[in-house]
Amino acid sequence: MLVALSEDQEFFRQTTERFLVQFAPPDALRALRDDPVGFDPAYWRQGAELGWTSLLVAEEFGGGTISGPGLVDLGLVAYEFGRHAAPGPLVATNVVASALSAHGSHPGVLAGLVDGSEIATWPIPAFGPRLGEWRTGVELRRDGDGVVLRGSVRPVESAAQAGHFLVSAHDADGDGSRLTQALVPASASGVSVTPLETVDLTRRFGAVAFDDVRLGPDALVGTPGEAAVDVARQFQVALVMLDAEAVGAMQAGFDMTVEYSFDRYTFGRPLASYQALKHRFADMMAWLEGSHAISDASCIAAAAEDEHAGELLSAAKAYIGQYGADLLQDCVQIHGGIGVTFEHDLHLFLRRFTANRSLAGTPAVHRQHIASYIEAREEAAA
Amino acid sequence: MSAVRAEESAEPGELEDLESFRLRAREFLKANFRPATMDEMRWDFHASEEEELAEIAHERGLQRALFDAGLAGICFPREYGGQGLTPAHQEVLNEELIGYEYPRRTQIPTFSPCATVLLEFGTEEQKLRHLPAILRGDELWMQFLSEPSGGSDVAGALTTAVRDGDQWVLNGSKIWTTGAWWSDWGLCLARTNWDVPKHRGLSVFVFPIHQPAIEVHRIEMLNGSREFCQEFLTDVIVPDTDRVGDVDDGWTVGIRWMFHERMLYTSPYVTHPIGSTPSRMFSGAVYNVAHEAGRLDDPSVRDMVGEARMLELVSEEMSGRVAERMTRGQLSDQAAALVRLGKAQAQTRICTLALEVAEASGAAWAEDTAAANSAVNFLMRQGGSIGGGTVEMARNVVAERVLSMPRERAMDRDIPFRDVPRSRPAQS
Repeated sequence: MLVALSEDQEFFRQTTERFLVQFAPPDALRALRDDPVGFDPAYWRQGAELGWTSLLVAEEFGGGTISGPGLVDLGLVAYEFGRHAAPGPLVATNVVASALSAHGSHPGVLAGLVDGSEIATWPIPAFGPRLGEWRTGVELRRDGDGVVLRGSVRPVESAAQAGHFLVSAHDADGDGSRLTQALVPASASGVSVTPLETVDLTRRFGAVAFDDVRLGPDALVGTPGEAAVDVARQFQVALVMLDAEAVGAMQAGFDMTVEYSFDRYTFGRPLASYQALKHRFADMMAWLEGSHAISDASCIAAAAEDEHAGELLSAAKAYIGQYGADLLQDCVQIHGGIGVTFEHDLHLFLRRFTANRSLAGTPAVHRQHIASYIEAREEAAA
Repeated sequence: MSAVRAEESAEPGELEDLESFRLRAREFLKANFRPATMDEMRWDFHASEEEELAEIAHERGLQRALFDAGLAGICFPREYGGQGLTPAHQEVLNEELIGYEYPRRTQIPTFSPCATVLLEFGTEEQKLRHLPAILRGDELWMQFLSEPSGGSDVAGALTTAVRDGDQWVLNGSKIWTTGAWWSDWGLCLARTNWDVPKHRGLSVFVFPIHQPAIEVHRIEMLNGSREFCQEFLTDVIVPDTDRVGDVDDGWTVGIRWMFHERMLYTSPYVTHPIGSTPSRMFSGAVYNVAHEAGRLDDPSVRDMVGEARMLELVSEEMSGRVAERMTRGQLSDQAAALVRLGKAQAQTRICTLALEVAEASGAAWAEDTAAANSAVNFLMRQGGSIGGGTVEMARNVVAERVLSMPRERAMDRDIPFRDVPRSRPAQS
């Protein structure tokens, strides 16, 4: 999390923190385990009142920021979400809200996202190890005035809870490589959702199929064929939130394990007194500070639409995914047997972390993306 | 005690604004400094002694040119020849220096930790005598800190200073002084009292290195470098006026000394182009090896090239974050050990990645290639985890001083240093 918050930002962060402490304590999370929705709609609407879904939305559509760049403020919310393994479609709704706001598209849906009455989600397209190789799995073709979507995407966060999908599709016009986006009502004929199982206790995922879904021209978001830049931006917004959540989860697991190391006695002394464990805590703290640092730097760069944002975001996703896993698994190890039980709280954070690590690119693919950035720089310099 | 801040030496109204400072630095560099060559981006371990001395003379000249242009010692107070400006000005200079040659050997350890220690603990007379000379490039300094008997246990120094009227007589040996053979002055930690516990019997002295009572030996390292030296001190006479800090209170100085050493690459007292820190050079090396071998189409190689850059980016951002958290009082100064640890974690891995990408070209080579460098660097891989205090010490510091975990049991506390065991007992 950011080192230096303005007074407004700190107040905002604390408001979300207090809310989550009160309404998303570990026992409440456990109780949501078998809930098909994974969150209480009233909780979500209250969160929206706190600003959770309006930070990337222009003022004319009812949005607004705390500090200027809304993505930095949203990073604070996402960090608190991770630190409390909080329920709710934070990533999904914010990506869609930012895209609709950017294009002034579908103001009615947008208003619902802002006040928390609507849920929408962006099926994150698959992609290859080279930059810009999107594999949306969905084709969009023209049909008179309207368009027809065909294909499927998985996993899609909050698929069964969403009223709308922001679908990134390969446009059948031209060579098929260009991207076009459309906002698809979940109720549209030909849309079907198959729920999926997941490691996260409260986030829900589904596989979404578009079986010749016919839509009017008003379904399009942005300029047809020109959506690659939008998709890239949505991907950046998603990465910022996924990483901030992951770092929050790491911090929670680390703090909990440091406390435990002082409390737990064995052979007449606390775990914290064993050098073998002290050295592991030192390594963990270095990974944790590194994760905070790269998460913040990439968030600030993305908020400023800096040209290096993509590389920093890939570095963050790769580093946090790799070292965060080592950190949280070390936390489990240091807890011993209790660390792998459902009754302990540690797994709440391991779950959120693990889901986020797997979404929007694993460490390996992001490392390869970094190579693409280096290559582009070297070729430009040569 | 915190570092002396540059702002204290000038009224806010007098400070040169950053933009005019930037333009001034830019124009000066364009007119007076050559563009950096690849050779200057890395240490050349095969240069002859004459070549190396010529480079050092050249760098002293660069330092002098910076001084004459009002660009030396940006954060040093004006009364000592500095500019009395802010860390932000230093950062601007470091940005403008990108792509230029710069006086590398005059920076570390001369400006930090040596000059920063003088700035914090030196007498007015010492500061007036040495700081302007350092800023002009006339005095290059070295740290006489580590000893052959113990690297990490710095406070266990055996080099002894005995008082003789208004002077001190020093005997012992120091080691791991980079470039002592071409340097001018030493900052030395020595034992002045053997009858008190180890941290309470140390004092700090300064003296010229080139004198008959000091013998300097050069040490050959695994990469061919002969920069490190060992010195033998035999009845070195130091006037009491060249003592830094109080008698037997040298550890107070030592703590700050080592703090500055750990924070070198984010120090506002050091001038170097941004991106010249060792970690960045290492990451580029992995790409260079891959490029040279034509392996950039191999996904596993791309993975490794990306990993190196990832580690470098995180290491840089982490240094900045921890430094800022210490400045803001969110973390104690001891958290500098986190930066040290993070850099070592990154460097060791990056070293291994370069060798991995080199494949068999890392086993044998005909000419000086990136692959050859990766192999030689690999031999020295642990250097970054040993020098400046081992990572094991850094881990202890993080656990005990930052996370407040119980201290390791020490066998040398609360007893006179002369009674501390220093070697394996004789077998009976």
